[in-house]
Parts: sequence; structure tokens; C-alpha cells
Amino acid sequence: MATVNYDTLIPNNVNLSTDLRLQRALEKWHPKFLNWWLQRGPTDFQTNEVYLRTAIGVDRGNWAKFGFVRMPDYRWGILLAPAVENRKIPFGEHTGEPAWQEVPGEYRGLIRRLLVVQGDTEPASVEQQRFLGHTAPSLYDMRNLFQVNVEEARHLWAMVYLLHKYFGRDGREEAEMLLERTSGDEDKPRILGAFNEETPDWLSFFLFTSFTDRDGKMQLECLAQSGFDPLSRTCRFMLTEEGHHMFVGKSGIERILARTCQVMNDAGISDPTDEGAVRALDVMDLPTIQRKMNFHFSVTLDLFGSEISTNAANAFTAGIKGRFHEVDIADDHRLLNDNYPLLQYENGRFAVNQVPAINAINARLLDDYIDDCENVVTAWNKTIAKSNIDFALSLPHRAFNRQIGSFADLNVTPAGGVLNDADWAAVKHQFLPSREDLGYILSLMKASLSAGSYASWIAPPKNGVGGKPGNFEYVRITC
Amino acid sequence: MSSYVVEQANDVVALDFQTHPARYKHWQLGITPPYATLSLSVAEDGGVFPGYRLKRNSYDIGVDIELSDAVMRLRFEHPEVRAVVITSALADSFCAGANIQMLGQASHEHKVNFCKFTNETRNAIEDASAHSGQRYMAAINGTAAGGGFELALATDYLLLVDDGNTAVSLPEVSLLAVLPGTGGLTRLVDKRKIRRDIADVFCTLEEGMRSSRALKNKLVDETVPRSRFNERVAELAMELAGGSDRPTDRTGIPLTPLRRNNRSDGIDYEHLRVDYQSGLATIWLRGPQAPAPADAAGIEKEGASFWPLALLRELDDALLHLRFNEPSLGTLVFKSVGDLDRALGYDALLIEHNDDWLVREVNLYATRVFKRLDLTARSLFALIEPGSCFAGWLSEILFAVDRSYILEGTSDTSDGEEEDEPAGIVLSESNFGRHPMVNGLSRLRTRFLGEPDTLSRVHTLAGVTLFAQPALKEGLVTFALDDIDWEDEIRLLLEERSSFSPDALSGMEANLRFPGPETMESKIFARLSTWQNWIFQRPNAVGEKGALPLFGSGRRPDFDKNRV
Repeated sequence: MATVNYDTLIPNNVNLSTDLRLQRALEKWHPKFLNWWLQRGPTDFQTNEVYLRTAIGVDRGNWAKFGFVRMPDYRWGILLAPAVENRKIPFGEHTGEPAWQEVPGEYRGLIRRLLVVQGDTEPASVEQQRFLGHTAPSLYDMRNLFQVNVEEARHLWAMVYLLHKYFGRDGREEAEMLLERTSGDEDKPRILGAFNEETPDWLSFFLFTSFTDRDGKMQLECLAQSGFDPLSRTCRFMLTEEGHHMFVGKSGIERILARTCQVMNDAGISDPTDEGAVRALDVMDLPTIQRKMNFHFSVTLDLFGSEISTNAANAFTAGIKGRFHEVDIADDHRLLNDNYPLLQYENGRFAVNQVPAINAINARLLDDYIDDCENVVTAWNKTIAKSNIDFALSLPHRAFNRQIGSFADLNVTPAGGVLNDADWAAVKHQFLPSREDLGYILSLMKASLSAGSYASWIAPPKNGVGGKPGNFEYVRITC
Repeated sequence: MSSYVVEQANDVVALDFQTHPARYKHWQLGITPPYATLSLSVAEDGGVFPGYRLKRNSYDIGVDIELSDAVMRLRFEHPEVRAVVITSALADSFCAGANIQMLGQASHEHKVNFCKFTNETRNAIEDASAHSGQRYMAAINGTAAGGGFELALATDYLLLVDDGNTAVSLPEVSLLAVLPGTGGLTRLVDKRKIRRDIADVFCTLEEGMRSSRALKNKLVDETVPRSRFNERVAELAMELAGGSDRPTDRTGIPLTPLRRNNRSDGIDYEHLRVDYQSGLATIWLRGPQAPAPADAAGIEKEGASFWPLALLRELDDALLHLRFNEPSLGTLVFKSVGDLDRALGYDALLIEHNDDWLVREVNLYATRVFKRLDLTARSLFALIEPGSCFAGWLSEILFAVDRSYILEGTSDTSDGEEEDEPAGIVLSESNFGRHPMVNGLSRLRTRFLGEPDTLSRVHTLAGVTLFAQPALKEGLVTFALDDIDWEDEIRLLLEERSSFSPDALSGMEANLRFPGPETMESKIFARLSTWQNWIFQRPNAVGEKGALPLFGSGRRPDFDKNRV
């Protein structure tokens, strides 16, 4: 099972060659997918060879190989993590029963909806990032971008596999719709708001992969707990790939911070808020990074949905979508009588109230996510601290800039102050990137495409990728 | 027990059915002749009762009271409006239907009355489309689920945004273990004539259908991309407005606030008085104080104070008040006081000028109020005493009630005062098809379903004052009693009635009131009062482990799998 069959059109470890019905469905979808990739994937460099990793197995450690490949020739495949023998449903009202190998009829609609929402995000980010190749700060970064892109597209395949295999005609229809909706499209936008925002520059890309892909990780972690075993196995393998995406984001921001701090020190600028002086040196000033971070973080929090959620409760009870690290949580995994502390705004102040834990599944995941993000920000701040520059990035308050959930109607500052509309309008620009900020960042976006060269605003990576050095020609621009 | 399962004492909050666009919390009414737009943007914290939030454009009775008010005002106040667009001002949700937490905590009486009222409002929308030259369309710009889709189904034309995501659905069965409660099932197969097996698929598909699939299955009439949506809505509204016969050179009449004084033992209106006694409400209808205006222009000048309109609005308000706020008053007794000839003068005016848009509206409104009376689950009696004025359209009440009693002769006036004219009633053309019941027939035709000859004969008696014996002989009243028996018989009638089970009475009355053919409207109410109200009582829906109380709790209902 662990070996991947590369002899067929669609590499897989799901015995596709013996499942003719599924094979037919996927082969019919395949050209549509390729068409989508060419129309809505990276706008250029499709004919260049890119040093990409491709999954060749699903065992830990040695699962991928690196090599040059043209993106349209990438071997998108269907890969499931190895089955756990005698796996039991780990939560919900079916706790302890054998995990389902087929979709239980009563949960068909619920699971399909979850797959569609998850699946919709995978191609969405590829679409959002399609222009970035033109402004890549280095071949190393361009390669990372394309790696993220092809793997997000493979995640689309993973969801489509489940839709085709287990959901019949409805599943096939949904799989087609995944290619029809387009990020930011006026007529057929992607389902979730954050996936219709633009990713116009590389700061946005690194913040997106740091924060929004991290939401993706959290969602996959929860689905990896699923009592529906094929979903669990699919998501477990997706998580293997997702780690690299977050690494790209986290290390990208680290390199931007390192570069800014280094240039500031070299120029003798000690005041990080002297944006004009810093910008004159063609690097990104720290306050702008903070404002951009405020935006990406808050928009991503909206992806978690309402803190109190019936849908999440239903999915949990059904055993379909669990909590982060469900099996490590010391409770009965049913939550019939448990409470969970939830931050709420009432009577003019924030207060933590105990609410039924089953209703607060989303709230809990949000807490886990924010904890995870705090670690990332701590690491970034170490980079700044090493340069002896007196500045620290911080995550904004969870109620800041929200459009979804219980704080959507409030005006909350990153520090957690609640303002009336007039006061908010007067200070809002301090917390979110202005048109000018965005214009400045865009002005820095100039491609740096010779091997080993890096744009002015970003430091080289500490190490290369796939055993190659930082000055390796990761994308063969010339051929 | 889940914290959501709290018994709500609904009668603690007295519902007021009077409102005005300036006070709407949930709807925005935009008038852009020749059409108007009703945009739903439900205030989450604007629920009538505590304990739930009206998320995602879900509604409670308060939201529907506003809709009902808007539908009514559009008809009377805006002759220039020939089409109405119902749409949403929220992103993503057109309307999510009745709020589930609200239903989960509501008393059974409230749920039943709530559904009935929302149905009456949907029917009023269809009535406006069919008879008022004011056609409705639904501009479905976000998901329309459950009651939200049913609201759309009440319009003539359903336009769905085709964005690959927005769906229409009836998820009640799969999600809540109840039925779509505002005619959705009936309208699928009866109005839109969707094949029953396809309807079966649709009604068990929690997430519903979208785009081309919704169109192919006739759930909507048209789909359009988001970028062209608003433009297409405007085009369609203009098209719908095109066929209207509403006048362009007339102004509407403002529906001024009702003058109403709530007493502890009743309500006083200008033309109506309601008195509560134990288990009983007596409703006094007052005849006109002045002769009828000469013509339609005179009616327009009188506006909302035109006697038939004023009385109808008060009766409508009183019926709703009694249904929702006074559940223990199981018997309603109707009496009228006024000048019979004068009342007849108004009746003649309403018949003669029915071609006038305003008179037509008054007549159509009378039809709706009488239907509301037919559908009121209380024992209904009428007492016809000397000095009463049941003439023409007002005598429809006599044929709506379960029984009518006429006092024969005059009351004993031993003090030697001059004798009253004996009690009598007068029929007119108003009683022969102008105000059909939900079964599509006039009340008299329904009454004489097995006696076509009687129907023809009483038709020839139109205009004649029928005193007790002729009225009894022609079957127009149930009993004629002289003044010796009157008081005692009536007392016994009311005491006996109040001794029966209210449930059995509601069921019996509803079964006896609507003989004859079925219409979509009659089916909707019949299905509602049997199936939905049964399901609403069953443990699978409302028991501790039923779907409604557990909705939102994350727990799954535990169904009793036995079929009944």
C-alpha cells in the first residue's frame, strides 16, 4: 500500500487501476484540471523547468524526491497516509466504534459539504498567487512559490478523489464546481472570503502562507481525526506537505525582518517608526509589516466561522471533524456535559464565559490556532531582537477587524480597546495597511532572477532546498 | 437538558401587529415606481422574545409582522407600485427561514399560530400578484433555505444568482425533523408542478440545489451571474410591472395608526369592541356612523377612515391579537350594532365601484380578513339581535362562524318604550362569490354544497331583509329563538361549548368548515393543521431527544423509528 504507482496517468496508492469507475471519473476530470491549471495557475514559467519535490511514497522520512519538472507535467497524484490497523472513531457519539471505510448514508451531505469547503480553498490560493512569479525576489523563492502551488493543486486532487470515490454524481458535480469558482471572481467567487482577497505582492504571500495556510493546517488536523477513515488518511498526508508551505511563510517573513534590520543597522537608523528613512533604503519598514500582519491575521480568523457553531457541533458529534490533536485531549471526546471558556463582549466589556463545549468547537480551534501563531511571532521577534532594534511584532486582539463571528459589529483596536464609529474612523489607518503602504510594497516588487541573487528587501535563506545551495538555479529561466 | 430547552411563556410578551415602515427593524422598503423593493436584513438582536438571535436572515413573528404590514401598505398606499422585488440586503443569505432556536423554545400554540400567520402573509403576496396588479418576484441573491425558499415560492418569479454556491433548499425534514411550514411542499408540486419524485429528492437534500440544477428542476425560473444580477432584477421588475392595471394617476391612502385602547377585560377600537369573559370574547361590530360617500372619489377622500376599511383593519388586528395573546378565550361571539340600511349603502358602493383600484383593494382585503376568520381555531358564533346590521359583505361573518343564532321578534319591552325593529339580515351580491373561502367557493355555496336549489333561491332574496323565520327556513341561520328562550339558550350553548376539549373542537371545526373542493391554499392550511401540527407535537421533533430542542446543541436526535 505504501508504494505509489507511477505507471499510470494518475500516480496513486489507492489501487486506482482496479477501480475502473473511479478511474473513469478522474480521467474525465483530469483534462479539465489541466485546463484550469493553465488558465488560472501561474501566469508564466509554465514551460520552465522547476526544481520541485514530488511525493513518491507516503512513509515518513523518505516520501519525496526532488527533480526538475515543468509544472504542467507535475505528477499530481492521489496519496493517502498508511492505514492504521483497527482504527476506531476517536470522538463524537460513535466514539470507539470502528472507523468508517465507506461514507455513512446519514452523514453523506455533511461530509460532502466539508470536503467542498476545504477543497475550494486549495485551488483558490493558487489563483490568488498566480502573478507572483513575475516579481519573485529570487529563483529560490520562485521555486518555493511553485512548490506551494503544485502541492495546493495536489490537495485539490485529494479532495476530488474523495468526492469522486464516495459521493457519486453529486460528488462529480461538486468536483467540477471546484474548477468553476474562481478567486475574486465577481460571478463565481470562492466560498470563503479570505480566498477572494488578492495576493498582489510577496509580503502578502509570506503572510498568507504563515497565517492562512496555518488555518489550513488546523482544519486538516481536525479532519485528520475524522471517523471517516479515507478522509483521515487523505488529510494526514496533506499535512506532510502543508508543513513546507508554512515554512515558506515563516522563513520568508524572517528573511524580510532580517534584511530590514540589517539595512537599518548598516545605515545607523535606530528608530523603526521612521518609515521614510527606512523606505529610502528599499526595504520594508517594520510598522508596515505589523499593519499587513494585522490584516492577514484578522481576515484568517474569520475563516474559523462563528465561535458558537451548530455546524461544527454537528460535525463533531457525528465523528466527522474533531478538534486539534483530538486524541491527546484528556476528556470523554463526547462533550455532553463539558463547558469551554469563551471570550465574549457584553455590557460594554470583554468577559470570559463558560459555554457548552460542544457548541464552542470553533472557538477552541481558534484558541489553538492563535497559540500556534504566537509561537511564530515569537520566533520573528527573536530575529528583530538579535539586531538590537527596539521593535516587536504582536498579534492583534482576536476581535480586531472581524467580519464574521460575535465581534463582527465591534470596532476593536489591536490592543483590544473598543471604539465608537467616529473614533474608529479616525484611528483605523494606524492599524491596517494604507493604500500608500501597499503602493510602497508593490514598488519593491521587482523580479530578481539570476541564480543566487536576492531582491533588496529580503535576506538570502540560511539553507537552500532539496540539498541544493541558495545560489542554485532552482528555476531554469534560460531554457 | 440543553440550555436551549426553556419553556417560553409566550403570552408574557403581548404581540402587537401594528407597525409602520418607519419602525421596521428588519425590512427596508424602497419605492422606485413602477416597482418597489423589499430588502431583508434581519436585526440579529431584534427578536420579539428573549433567548435567540436572528442570525443569517432567519425570522420570528416580528419579522413577519413587518412583512405583512409592508405587503398591505404596498397595496393601499402605493397604487403606483406594480411589481415588488423581495431580496436580501445581507451578503450570502437571502433568508434562512424561521429561527430554529425560537421554534425550539416556543410553546406549541405559538408555533401553530406563527405558521398560520406566516402562511396568511405568503397568501396575501400571491393574492396581490393575482388580483391587485402588484406582482411579486424573488431576487435570490444568497442562500434561500426553508422558510426563506418558501417565501420565494410565494412570488411569481424566482431569479437565482448563479455563483456556483448559492442554493435554494428545504432542509426541514433532514435537518429538523419537521416540515416546511409555510406551504413549501404544496407549492412545489401544486404551484410549480414539480414532479413528485424530484420534489422528494429536493426535500431530503439538506443543502438543496443551486445554479443549473435548480433551474433544470424548475425550483427557480431563471439564473443569472452575479455581475448581471441587479440589472436583470430591474429588467424583470419592469416586465412584471408592465401588465398591471393599477392606475398611474392616483395617490395611495395612508393606513393611519389604529385607535385602540387595551383594557384588562377587552379592547376598544373605533368601530369594534372586544369584551373578555371567562373563556369567551364577544366582538361587537359597529355599523357606519354616517351615510356612505357618493362615489369612489369620496372613498379615497375618507381614506383609512372609510368605514368598511376601518372596520376590517380593526377586526383583522383583533383576530390576530386573540390568536396570539389570548389563547384561553376559546369562543368568539360576534354581534353587530348599527343601521342596516346604512350598512347596505356601503355594500352597494363596494359592489358598484369594484373596478376602482381602491375599492378593489378594500374588497380583496375583506376577502382576506374573512379567510383569517375562517382559519381562526376558536369556536365561532354569531348572535343576530334587534339593532344589528349584518348586511351584504358584513353578513359573510354569519356564514364564516360555526353556528348563528337569531332572536325572533323583539326583546320584551314591558316598560312601554317603542319597539325595536326585529332582527334581520340582508344578503347582496357580496355573498355570492365576491369573497371566496380558501376552497375557492363562496361561503354560501360551501354552506349549500348539497342544496344548489337553496343557493339559487336565496340568491333571488338578495336585498330583502330576512327576519328570523325566513332566515331559518332558508338555512341562513342555525337557530331562531324567541326572547323567552334566548338568554338561557345562549348561556347553555356557551357553557356546553367550553366544556369540550379545545383540541377536539379545533379539529372538528376545521373539518366541518371547509367542505367542497381543494385549492392550493386550502391544501396548505389543511396539511399544516394536520401534518405539521402533529409533527410539532411528536417526540421525534420536540421531545427531549427530538430534533428541534437538540438543534444547535451538537447532539443528534434519537428518533423513535416506528411509523405511526
